Amino acid sequence: MTTDNAVTIAPPPKPGSFQVHKRSTTRGTPLTWTRRGGLSALIFALPILFIFGAFSWWPIISAFIMSLQKTNLTDAPTWVGLDNFRAVFADPLLPTIIKNTAWFAVLALIFGYPIPLIGAVLMSELRKRKGLYSVFAYLPVVVPPVVAVLLWKFFYDPRPEGVFNTVLGWVGLGPYPWLADATWAMPSLVLEATWAAAGGTVIIYLAALISVPAELYDAAEVDGASVLRKVWHVTMPQLRGVLFITLILQIIGTAQVFLEPFLFTNGGPNHATETIMLHVYNLAFANLGNNFGQATALSLLLAGFLAVMSLVYFRLTRSWSQS
Amino acid sequence: MTTTDAATPPNALPGAMPGSAAAAMPSATLAATFGRRRRKPTSNEPDRGALSNADWRRPAVKHTWRGMHLALLILLLLWCLGPLLLLGKFAFTPTQDILATPMKIFPNGPTLDNVDQAWNRYHIGKFFMNTVWFAVGAWFCQILVATTGGFVLSVLRPRWAKLLNWAVLATLFVPAVVLLIPLYKLIVHPPIGDSLINNFFAVWLPAGASAFNVVLVARFFDSLPREIFEAARVDGAGPFRLFWHIVLPMSKPIIGVVSVFAVIASWKDFLWPFLVLKDQKVMPLSVYLQSMANVDKGTLMAALAIATLIPIAMFLVFQRMFLRGAGLGGAVKG
Repeated sequence: MTTDNAVTIAPPPKPGSFQVHKRSTTRGTPLTWTRRGGLSALIFALPILFIFGAFSWWPIISAFIMSLQKTNLTDAPTWVGLDNFRAVFADPLLPTIIKNTAWFAVLALIFGYPIPLIGAVLMSELRKRKGLYSVFAYLPVVVPPVVAVLLWKFFYDPRPEGVFNTVLGWVGLGPYPWLADATWAMPSLVLEATWAAAGGTVIIYLAALISVPAELYDAAEVDGASVLRKVWHVTMPQLRGVLFITLILQIIGTAQVFLEPFLFTNGGPNHATETIMLHVYNLAFANLGNNFGQATALSLLLAGFLAVMSLVYFRLTRSWSQS
Repeated sequence: MTTTDAATPPNALPGAMPGSAAAAMPSATLAATFGRRRRKPTSNEPDRGALSNADWRRPAVKHTWRGMHLALLILLLLWCLGPLLLLGKFAFTPTQDILATPMKIFPNGPTLDNVDQAWNRYHIGKFFMNTVWFAVGAWFCQILVATTGGFVLSVLRPRWAKLLNWAVLATLFVPAVVLLIPLYKLIVHPPIGDSLINNFFAVWLPAGASAFNVVLVARFFDSLPREIFEAARVDGAGPFRLFWHIVLPMSKPIIGVVSVFAVIASWKDFLWPFLVLKDQKVMPLSVYLQSMANVDKGTLMAALAIATLIPIAMFLVFQRMFLRGAGLGGAVKG
């Protein structure tokens, strides 16, 4: 602790400036640097420097290097220029996986975007037992995803005795093939994904609804607004920001969907549910085997798209939080 | 590091926990995230929504909304709770009954065989402990990196803090999908030592590289009153004492939020442990369940039910923290 005593001798900071360590304007010797707390700051930074350096910054650089190499992780890699990117674009499955990922994202928006909003608006008007509703809505979110998928895979049993086919049979529908059919497989995946994720969206909307200023409703009432007009003209405009945020978060999330197609159908039937992430996995680790270069190239292209999305997200949240 | 939780919002704010937290967060922007209930009521109805007390007194409005709320409750029970109740029922139903009449309630009586098989023959408990061990290490690594990193960025602020802050923030824009293969390469062939495959460090260390946690904690530290740090320094406390005796005790709320996120993330993680924890000695439950997909249905259902118990119990105990944390995911902050 002796090295830090020098800090206490420093003159008190100007009012309004909250620096603990006054920054020196001139570079001193290593000794003065140590006495000013430079060493202890470095010691505190060691975990973040090591962990981020090894497991975040280096892998990012490494991704760019690997995308220009042919490598199977055992032999020495060879430089191949842009061959991996050419292979990505020449891949006959590329249109299919882009189409499937986009279809998943669109279906996820149709299933998972309006219903949580309606639910949250209804829940925000509860005068009691709001907690109970929230707990029910959020319960599926805490179920481990693997459990949810394996459970739903059983629900989707295509036999007439399957859980969903039994229930739909009560009202004279079905039996449906669910995961076994190329047309039905993707909506089935999205239905489970929506079940698992919708609760989180509901809670985000609820938090936003709570912060709608009561004065706005009071003012609308003075103007004689009906309940529906209040919801439409006061609540909805106030939710604009959060609606856009959940939209972008959902696009970023669904563009990287892996677990559902991997565990439900492993991309089948006939590649109908093969998504970009699943293809990256297959290229690197599974049936297409050890094609790490092409897999990295494909993941970099996807990441480029997602980085643009997160940038939009960041810019918007920034501007909203400053206003 | 997870590749499956990309939907987790990459930004949020310190969670408001009951009690002491309110005093420790003076900044107005932070206070806004506490929600209206914690502010002085500016309206004559402190916790109102679109419907006023006057609206609720009108019979037409009252009956419509009561009806909608009841319908919503039934829907939530069927849609959210229904599948979990079915899972609970399957865990105690003989396999033939599960396959032949899944919607009948115990047509031939309940059984404990499934649970017995899952626990004693498939050793669910062992894999359960692997998940616990995975979660504990990932939790420790995330807390260590986030608190010390946040302390440097927000309190000590050396000359190079700006650069570090920028380098950490930049990783928020890099989706997990990019890291998957390079990280795998790093784990298989680390520059020093042997392969980390089947070593818990392969999941613990990458978990620490969460820019989201660092931002969360640094933001919270920013909101702590600087006067206390100054006073501590005048009394002769160095950075280590400041960190351990002043900053950490004041940061219990945010450490709680980061801890809940950390434990749940490791409980849910699949793809990364699936790639690097392949040996049954270290395999976490989520990976093991996937390999059980084709065993006897009754046993599988019991195993799934056991794997769900702890997260649900944790959720019910720490409800407030979970729901606040989830709500903060959409807080309009950058």
